[in-house]
Amino acid sequence: MFKRKSNAAEAAPTAPATYGMMAEFSGTDEIIAAAESVRAAGYTLVEAYTHIPVHGLDDALGHKPTRLPWLVLAGGITGASGLFGFMTWVNLVDYPMNIGGRPNFSWPAFVPITFEGMVLFSAFAAVFGLILICGFPLPYHPVFNAPGFERASLNGFFLCIEAKDPQYDAAKASSLLTKLGATAVHEFSE
Amino acid sequence: MQTSQPLKPPVVETYDELLGPGETYSSVTARIGDIVLYPVLKTPWGWIGGFVAAGLLLMLYLYSLATLFTVGIGIWGINIPVAWGFDIINFVWWIGIGHAGTLISAVLLLFRQDWRTSINRAAEAMTIFAVACAGIYPLIHTGRPWLDYWFLPYPSTLGMWPQFRSPLEWDVFAISTYATVSVLFWFIGLIPDLATLRDRAQHPIPKLFYGLLSLGWRGAAKHWQRYEKASLILAGLSTPLVLSVHSIISFDFAVAQLPGWHVTVFPPYFVAGAVYCGFAMVIVLMIPIRRWFGLHSLITMRHFDVMSKVMLASGLIVTYGYFGEIFYSWYSGSIYEYFLIVNRIAGPWAWSYWALILFNVLIPQVLWFKRYRTNLPVLFFVSMCINIGMWFERWVIIVLSLTRDFLPTSWGVYTPTFYDWATYIGSFGLFFILFFLFIRLLPMVAIFEVRDLVHKTAQKAHDKEDHGHAGA
Repeated sequence: MFKRKSNAAEAAPTAPATYGMMAEFSGTDEIIAAAESVRAAGYTLVEAYTHIPVHGLDDALGHKPTRLPWLVLAGGITGASGLFGFMTWVNLVDYPMNIGGRPNFSWPAFVPITFEGMVLFSAFAAVFGLILICGFPLPYHPVFNAPGFERASLNGFFLCIEAKDPQYDAAKASSLLTKLGATAVHEFSE
Repeated sequence: MQTSQPLKPPVVETYDELLGPGETYSSVTARIGDIVLYPVLKTPWGWIGGFVAAGLLLMLYLYSLATLFTVGIGIWGINIPVAWGFDIINFVWWIGIGHAGTLISAVLLLFRQDWRTSINRAAEAMTIFAVACAGIYPLIHTGRPWLDYWFLPYPSTLGMWPQFRSPLEWDVFAISTYATVSVLFWFIGLIPDLATLRDRAQHPIPKLFYGLLSLGWRGAAKHWQRYEKASLILAGLSTPLVLSVHSIISFDFAVAQLPGWHVTVFPPYFVAGAVYCGFAMVIVLMIPIRRWFGLHSLITMRHFDVMSKVMLASGLIVTYGYFGEIFYSWYSGSIYEYFLIVNRIAGPWAWSYWALILFNVLIPQVLWFKRYRTNLPVLFFVSMCINIGMWFERWVIIVLSLTRDFLPTSWGVYTPTFYDWATYIGSFGLFFILFFLFIRLLPMVAIFEVRDLVHKTAQKAHDKEDHGHAGA
């Protein structure tokens, strides 16, 4: 589970690979502006780390809207149609029971359980979909190495340019982030 | 940064805002987080005392359940005609309490009510523990609880299936779905806070504990985007879910022809009663908690004011229901319905009906006045009355209808036994032991949401400065 790159460290014990350049900003407006400018400068592998959800930051970083709702829709349809079909099968095929001459396919009576099945499977899709799409559980991630990163869950607003970015150049990235008003800029390794 | 001393800020009551003055990202994080990150050996004595008291009640509960399983449900006061007694009263009462938590966390999220922020976590915990207490009653009231898996549709060797057209079977699905979705929603809400605790914890054991639970949350913008979407979807799912659960519970009654049960108004009437009682329980829990843990600047008087208004509104709907019952018993022209009301008002159990009216209708009228809505001792008293009153409501609906139905020859009496009381009072042991563990191990206020509230409050103040009064 802990994906420390021990092989790389053994091969070159003196220099673990650089992950990227982490800059800290003072507030939401600052980090949105910075994210826009960094993207405008041509960087593509940019991600922000904040302690509260910052609205507009995903647009500034060029993140596409999440596809999670479609997953939830699929879950809901599965749950609803699955349970409705199951009850229909039980009452029509597997165990038909004549109760006061009422029709076997008394679908209005199936509605509550169909609804509950829809909610249950949608919720499973939303929660486990979120966890899977985000790649959790992932207890270790290189960004945790960035100095001061523990503030990303306390009061900090961080912006990171990854070293894998084709444009990445430590000196240029650092000066750009400083120019954009970062309060601290550090290069950090994996 | 982590202090070993309890944070005891001077008590400054805030009446119009959702946050006390001078709160920052760090101060709210410290205030909530440090309650959890205390060293184990410095756990406050009040917590230990409460935990032990809850444990004793839990022992009583386990004793009464053990007796029930070995002797049978004959230890309860139920018989024919009153086959539903404390078991179902307590079930409906507990699950109704649970509904306020979902309402606060889901419905108010959809309506973007900022006042939910500081109370939703604890209210949701209350939901889960109340549903746990509630769910046990239908399981144990079956007589042979070891066969409860028969409720579930599985391909059994008996070749049979549950009766999917029965509200009692709908209940199985509604309550299990409700419990599951509530736990999932709660856990998703906890993830960013668990990451905060992971980053603040000094000791390796809490660091590992919260680190594993937080799943590696790092606050990436892409994750926040999905996270907020998931929260919104879950809120959207929970809202109709909570309405469906209590509606289905009311169908358990409405499906029968019994006087007082066979009415179409039951679903909204039951849902309003659930909200009423649930908000009362939230207030009963919040008043001591904010005092003991010094959360005055996070749970302000404005919160109590707003919660009281919700309570008053749902109380009036319930009151409307009581008058409705009297009206349609007359308007129905059915002598049985008519007799039911006479029996309630002037029968042998009339005192329980009048207790219900006193606790649920008359006393809560003080909530019309802001003076009492923000007077915590009064509010605590009124909320306790509502909790008791709502218990009496279920008592009146269930027992009074069953004791005297159509044929006087089949009338009966119902007297709760020691074990009836023990399974009721004991269930508080389960509830409070879970609640005490919750406030010790998990942040009882959603830290990141309060930080977001700090941000919004600051922005609002900023806008006000920029645009003068017009902008506000």
